[in-house]
Amino acid sequence: MSKKALLTGAYFMNGDIACAEGAIAAGCRFFAGYPITPATEIAEHLSERMPEFGGIYIQMEDEIASIAAVIGASYAGLKAMTATSGPGFSLMQENIGLAVMTETPCVIVDIMRGGPSTGQPTLPGQQDVMQAKWGSHGDYGIIALAPSSVQEMFDLTVEAFALSEIYRLPVLLMGDEVVGHMWEKVVIPPAAQIKIVNRKKPHQTPDKYAPFMPDDDLVPPMACFGEGYHFHATGLTHNEQGLPKTQSSEVQSKLVRRLCDKINMNADKIIRYEEVLLGDADVVVVAYGIVARAALSAVRKAREAGIKAGLLRLVTLWPFPESRVARATEHAKAVVVPEMNCGQMVREVERVAKTVPVSSLSKLGEDPHTPKEILEVIKRCA
Amino acid sequence: MVEEVMHPFMKYLRSEMIPHIWCPGCGNGIVLNCFVHALDELQKDLDKLVVVSGIGCIGRTAGYVNADSFHTTHGRAVAFGTGVKLANPELEVVVISGDGDLFAIGGNHFIHAARRNIGLKVICANNFNYGMTGGQQGPTTPLEAFTTTTPYGNIEHPFNLVHLAAASGAAYVARWTTLHVRRLTMSIKKMLQKEGFCFIEVISPCPEIFARRNKMRTPLEVMEWYKRASVVENFSDPSKAEISPQRLVVGEFVDVEKVSYEKLLHEKISQINEKAVNW
Repeated sequence: MSKKALLTGAYFMNGDIACAEGAIAAGCRFFAGYPITPATEIAEHLSERMPEFGGIYIQMEDEIASIAAVIGASYAGLKAMTATSGPGFSLMQENIGLAVMTETPCVIVDIMRGGPSTGQPTLPGQQDVMQAKWGSHGDYGIIALAPSSVQEMFDLTVEAFALSEIYRLPVLLMGDEVVGHMWEKVVIPPAAQIKIVNRKKPHQTPDKYAPFMPDDDLVPPMACFGEGYHFHATGLTHNEQGLPKTQSSEVQSKLVRRLCDKINMNADKIIRYEEVLLGDADVVVVAYGIVARAALSAVRKAREAGIKAGLLRLVTLWPFPESRVARATEHAKAVVVPEMNCGQMVREVERVAKTVPVSSLSKLGEDPHTPKEILEVIKRCA
Repeated sequence: MVEEVMHPFMKYLRSEMIPHIWCPGCGNGIVLNCFVHALDELQKDLDKLVVVSGIGCIGRTAGYVNADSFHTTHGRAVAFGTGVKLANPELEVVVISGDGDLFAIGGNHFIHAARRNIGLKVICANNFNYGMTGGQQGPTTPLEAFTTTTPYGNIEHPFNLVHLAAASGAAYVARWTTLHVRRLTMSIKKMLQKEGFCFIEVISPCPEIFARRNKMRTPLEVMEWYKRASVVENFSDPSKAEISPQRLVVGEFVDVEKVSYEKLLHEKISQINEKAVNW
């Protein structure tokens, strides 16, 4: 017997390793990557674990190759993942577009460090969250998740695979250096409690199969290489048969709008968030990633001081939970958005919370915000 | 009623994609023809064939072959193919792309795939320039050649592709021109039966965009150059395999037995799992 893929039990591990184990639990059997701080431990761990149950680990020559190989492996039928940090995430952008255009289920992990450029390899950042939405050229829908704990590095990696298989697109797990490197307790549940989702297979025979003909949910069933369907996929604008139609405004409009709509129209099913003490909150803190942990502490301390503060923690960054943010902020007096960047998601909050003053609490270059730093702003706003 | 006559090789092509986009006199059709002949002569199982291309004129080949096929971003066909081959080693993964795609933007992937000796079969149609974008200088453009971006003559040294492939570790390396249809077809057949990373360079005419700027006014003149200058020097030193107006060295340069990456990987996986039993 080979070693088990799913290691049900309680462990003390870091976020990168939890992410790797989450991938394994979700059924990922292909990892291609390139070393980069602070995501390297994901690759190291998978290089050891994957062969134990017949999975494939390969270190590619760069991040462009890594995501290209991931797309290839996914089309050959395996659940596939790559992991990187800012510089590698930048290199991957063109092929993230290819994965979107060819509707390739796959997971891309970005353990964010300080940027731009080589920046601060060992320190946390949240500077890539807008890049997650807008990084590749052209219009498209995307899903990005932001874990706040080591447990969520496991759970949301499982979730990322499920979403990628349901909606046929790359799902981005936007961790930060702290959740990547922090050690915490992780519970890996038994198999029955892990949501495993596999892509829809074609319900037509090969001669009737059109690889990009969507069902009612706007997602086309997916044949894989070697199954006898003889289909073509291309990054060019293509019709439902998968064949290039680069001169047709009708084909372009239909395709690109569907790529956006399959996410927008299913946003309610995709979006996840956590709300704490929002019911009567005068001051609403909107936070994500490790910063949300400090924000939670700050909100509790504010309540102790008699200030009606509440927290909306974004688990799904993209699609942006517009209606939830609107509802959470409509009766508030002030909104605070602490982020480890110059103020990125705050723009989305401002766009939605039209009637309330929104403050950005930007922090760069060192540790994440302390509860005290967030509490001070809450007090100022209250 | 007149009975509709179908070309015997039509089953290898996607009829809805024909006619192709290539210019009159272009060599890409000959490359595709030789590839299809090789498939037919080997009676290859089309269900297990994956054709991958990058961007460029020859990059459209993936769309023309009636097998599973994928048209990647520029330069990434080899890296994409690596993922396919590792995920399902049963598949025959053939990369058909151009000199700019494989050796400029995709050069890094090519040398590393050859180094790993992953079982990809790569055919490069080398037309010495970027045809699709209108004839710019590329990594194989000869010295002093005129292109739309070397209007005063090219001052960059070109890659010798067979030397590069051999030095990077390919198990099979050959070069032919589109004049050598029989030898090229045999080479493709040989490659499709070999283990490991295999590479065939096909010197291919680009009469419309490249040749007419370089003193070869018609497609026939390009073929006459191939005929006049080609010398078959099998297993000669690939570093000396020159391409010049006077001398065009073609042939097979490397044909060695070498265990492929995917085989080593799966052997390693088996060993690890046997060890796990002993624990």
